[in-house]
Amino acid sequence: MDALAMGNYGPYVWSCFALTFIVIVFSDWRSRVRHKQVYRDIEVRIKALEERQ
Amino acid sequence: MWKFFHHLTSPPHYYRVGATLIPWLAIPGLALIAYGTYAGLFLASEDYQQGDAFRIIYVHVPAAYLSMLAYAFMAFGGGIGLIWRMKLAHAVGAAAAPLGAAFTFLALVTGAIWGRPMWGTWWEWGDPRLTSELILLFLYFGYMALRSSIDDTAKADKASAVLALVGVVNVVIVHYSVEWWSSLHQGQTLFKKGGPGMDADMLYPLLAMIFGFTLLFGALLARRIRTEVLFRERRTRWVRELVLAPEGGK
Repeated sequence: MDALAMGNYGPYVWSCFALTFIVIVFSDWRSRVRHKQVYRDIEVRIKALEERQ
Repeated sequence: MWKFFHHLTSPPHYYRVGATLIPWLAIPGLALIAYGTYAGLFLASEDYQQGDAFRIIYVHVPAAYLSMLAYAFMAFGGGIGLIWRMKLAHAVGAAAAPLGAAFTFLALVTGAIWGRPMWGTWWEWGDPRLTSELILLFLYFGYMALRSSIDDTAKADKASAVLALVGVVNVVIVHYSVEWWSSLHQGQTLFKKGGPGMDADMLYPLLAMIFGFTLLFGALLARRIRTEVLFRERRTRWVRELVLAPEGGK
């Protein structure tokens, strides 16, 4: 409990760590989603062109 | 030598190498962050003035440092792109901007949360470090808005590179603001004359967090550059071959 309380600074300390890890996880997730999206768009366009030919 | 360098920075070569690079940066980065978080929160002794609130430095300092490093990448990429017209350089700048904005946001918010119990205020407009860091965030927003407002990629690259280069002045101001002007923000701790102004049990977790965050930033940047390269090269032959290859090339 002492570790959680952080000498009454717990809300300040834990909120900073939580926010940091949320932002990092979100950045990672967002870049993965964007990569998949770009790849899929290219895949669809190229396969449509191939079928047309 | 120049030919080798040119090959190294060619988009298809980077796209392949980048995929290999990401885990090599991410895994040690996450291991260092895990150690730094545990040691910073539970092993480091509390500060004699700030008590346990000082532990916020373990996320605030790496975020603040990366907010400047990302801008340096952006400006360096812009400069190289403008001078040598290297395709990958502009992709680096475009990929670094959202990450830089995220870390600047983190530096500002964690700084404000730290400021509340230590200075008695969330924000102080007269403080040069705080306001120059806020300007840095606006520069990132401006850079991204400028890029997205121009449809022609080549024109967007040039305009945003100029903005990135002009904005470098602000990074210098952010870094030296605590030395040049009187500030609420504390001065240099790690790189001051006579060595770091903190005990080893506080210092090692901080160094682990700084190196860990830098490696993780490298991994995130490497992935974003791959996406940027793929998008820019979407009409080229190598991307067509990559997508049509039986094993794929995600």
